[in-house]
Amino acid sequence: MDRTTRYALGALAAAIALVFAAILGVLLSHSVEALRYSGFRLVTGTTWDPVNGSYGAWGFVFGTLVTSLLALLLAVPVGIAVALFLTELAPRWLRAPMGILVELLAGVPSLVYGMWGVFVMAPLLRKPVEPWLDSHVAHMWGHPIPVLSFLFSGPKIGLGFLLAGIVLAIMILPTIVAISRDALLAVPRLEREAAYALGATRWEVARNALRSAKAGVFAASTLGLGRALGETIAVTLVIGNVATVALRLFAPGQTIASTLATQLNEATEPLFVSSLIALALILFVLTLLVNLGARLAIERPWRRSA
Amino acid sequence: MTSFWRKARNHSFTLLAGLACALALVPLVSITWYVAARGIPALSWSFLTHAPTAPDDPASGIGPALAGTGLLVLLAGVLGIPLGIAGGMWLAEHGRNARGSAFRMVLDAMAATPSIVTGIFVFTIVVIPQGHFSAFAGGIALALMIVPVVARTTEIALRGVPDSLREAGVALGATHTRTLFRVALPAARTGILTGSILATARVAGETAPLLFTALYAQQWVHSLGKPIAALPTLIFNYIQQPYPSLQQQAWGAAFLLFVLVFGANIVVRVSSHLRSRQP
Amino acid sequence: MKTIIESKGLRVAFGQKEVLHGVDLAIPEAEITAIIGPSGCGKSTFLRALNLMHDLTPSARITGEVVFDGRNIYDPGVDPVDLRRRIGMVFQKPNPFPTMSVFDNVAFGPRLLGLTRDEVHKRVEESLKKAAIWEETKDRLRAPATDLSGGQQQRLCIARALAVKPEILLLDEPTSALDPIATAKIEDLLGELKKEVTVVIVTHNMQQAARASDNTAYFLNGDLVEHGPTERLFENPKDERTEAYITGRFG
Repeated sequence: MDRTTRYALGALAAAIALVFAAILGVLLSHSVEALRYSGFRLVTGTTWDPVNGSYGAWGFVFGTLVTSLLALLLAVPVGIAVALFLTELAPRWLRAPMGILVELLAGVPSLVYGMWGVFVMAPLLRKPVEPWLDSHVAHMWGHPIPVLSFLFSGPKIGLGFLLAGIVLAIMILPTIVAISRDALLAVPRLEREAAYALGATRWEVARNALRSAKAGVFAASTLGLGRALGETIAVTLVIGNVATVALRLFAPGQTIASTLATQLNEATEPLFVSSLIALALILFVLTLLVNLGARLAIERPWRRSA
Repeated sequence: MTSFWRKARNHSFTLLAGLACALALVPLVSITWYVAARGIPALSWSFLTHAPTAPDDPASGIGPALAGTGLLVLLAGVLGIPLGIAGGMWLAEHGRNARGSAFRMVLDAMAATPSIVTGIFVFTIVVIPQGHFSAFAGGIALALMIVPVVARTTEIALRGVPDSLREAGVALGATHTRTLFRVALPAARTGILTGSILATARVAGETAPLLFTALYAQQWVHSLGKPIAALPTLIFNYIQQPYPSLQQQAWGAAFLLFVLVFGANIVVRVSSHLRSRQP
Repeated sequence: MKTIIESKGLRVAFGQKEVLHGVDLAIPEAEITAIIGPSGCGKSTFLRALNLMHDLTPSARITGEVVFDGRNIYDPGVDPVDLRRRIGMVFQKPNPFPTMSVFDNVAFGPRLLGLTRDEVHKRVEESLKKAAIWEETKDRLRAPATDLSGGQQQRLCIARALAVKPEILLLDEPTSALDPIATAKIEDLLGELKKEVTVVIVTHNMQQAARASDNTAYFLNGDLVEHGPTERLFENPKDERTEAYITGRFG
């Protein structure tokens, strides 16, 4: 009886693993046509013109990278600060309620984030923020500053890389906070006590704990990156859906995910469909690698101190 | 005496961290307020129960989408939750080895798969062979998103059951299986339930997996083999259209979705926090 | 014999449970005072009350006074950060900072105090010598602290605590996790340490107290039963409970 249960459960678990393998396999098999046609140009080519048979998705890859990295840049420092606040710096009675509130950010559907982005944040970026950035950060006394003025340029319509980066940052923040918080809480009490006993202030103890929790915080950021890469609907609504291949934050762009969302149902030609599925495969593999990286970050250092 | 600078740094970093927290909460407040402000005015009985008619018709409603979401969530739950629990049970009971670690990695990878990729996967194995979109495909896609999450939360919940409880079961002469089902599982039921509710609530709000599986339908649907309306796809559709009345409906639907998903999150998180505070 | 720190009517409770019931104990300066008693008698609780470590436990309630340098340390106006620099602590389980080297561990305190690089170097060498571990570590100052053996790690923790030049050093069962050889090394160290700092050591090992300390205090169930010069307490205990413990009738 026990063996039956074990085998039954094992079979179901194997089925799940099989489904996962199937995802990889099926996507691969449907991408073959496109990969054979375009080869590396699928990812490096800059012309995406299905009508005329060219499938160069670099614009989308670029958009994915820009928005995700921007999101990381914004979310990681804030996330670490919040995690420190929740574990060391805040008064004890505040920690749990605040923690729940931050976690709730993860409970907002992606669609709602996108809509909020379009209707609340975009106008905000269009009027006060982007012009301000243009005149105060990109220019000094009326003269454009070399790198910054290029970075902060583009049609100031609100939608675009900057907004997508901001919205993504908010969306991945709860992930970064949750895992960083776990990493900080895992720092042994004894270590904190040692620091206090040497006459350290709360901030100094927190800083020391952060040092010990480095691996976990890195993993948190990597997992956040993974989430940002795959985020579809919110990004589709706020990014403008016109690929720009230059690092201009105010410009509209496209990501792999947003392209899939907007074009797959329009695609009729098998090669077109295959190319899109190839892009989905690339996105899938990319997310997998990033997550694997996060796991390795957590596993490795533990072996050392044990 | 502790130097002024150290004290100042202590206070200012604490303040900075607190500001970061406040900053993080601004979107939460803003979103809640905005969705409510634009969505509540759209609500009415006819809104909830009627099917869509002409864009400007005040009697137009989102009934089919509500029903559709309900159906899809039900389907996804029925398909995904038991399978997820089974996977979690295997992990908890027989997963303390290399095979278990590998499976855990697979689950984490599945959970991290972008929802659009899951949708495209189901598109290729269900929709293309069948030749049409269907609620069934949508349910499968959502179920695939539920399974890894429920499996992990089930494993954690089962692992949390103290060994002494299991030993008691075995000491009374129960087999391992019976102990599992009659002692461990019930003891872990809160954790399992919480995980299942959170996972299901989350997929209720997902749009991407439905785009290529369940697609969309305007009217009430009576079979699983046809495309079906759902709240997220309706909202995604309407919000991109130029008609103010459709946008209004989109906000009403978004409010409902928000209440459903967000509300489930609040209830689950607060109650589990309160429960963990009990001695 | 000057008193350096003294508790007056000290009561400590965790939640509803009172663990120390009104302790009056004066610790003499420049001597080694041992605190002995069976498990759970409140000795560690007492020790931790001396350097405000209970601040880290939300459920702790403290009444009474601990007077150090003319002030009750539980006065709201007292800076806990500064107090803990002046009253250092070494814990039962060696706890060097795992991500840091031997050098950085000892340098942690001095760096917080804003000493210059040269001063820090001097301080680290000085402290490692006082903790009798300089010879064993001088060639691997940059090695991870966790590479050291348990006994070495504990002496490292002592060095680390000494590096901020405290006036009192509290040791909470410092050798209970160590082997006999490492234990002996640390006991030998104590005699040297008292030239620099007042030592208060909690130990569950009576022989250790008898060997290494000048004064002893015996705790039982949260009460201070008896205290006095070690030799006198062990040869001629005044209280019969003390006698029972010492002669091994229980504990």
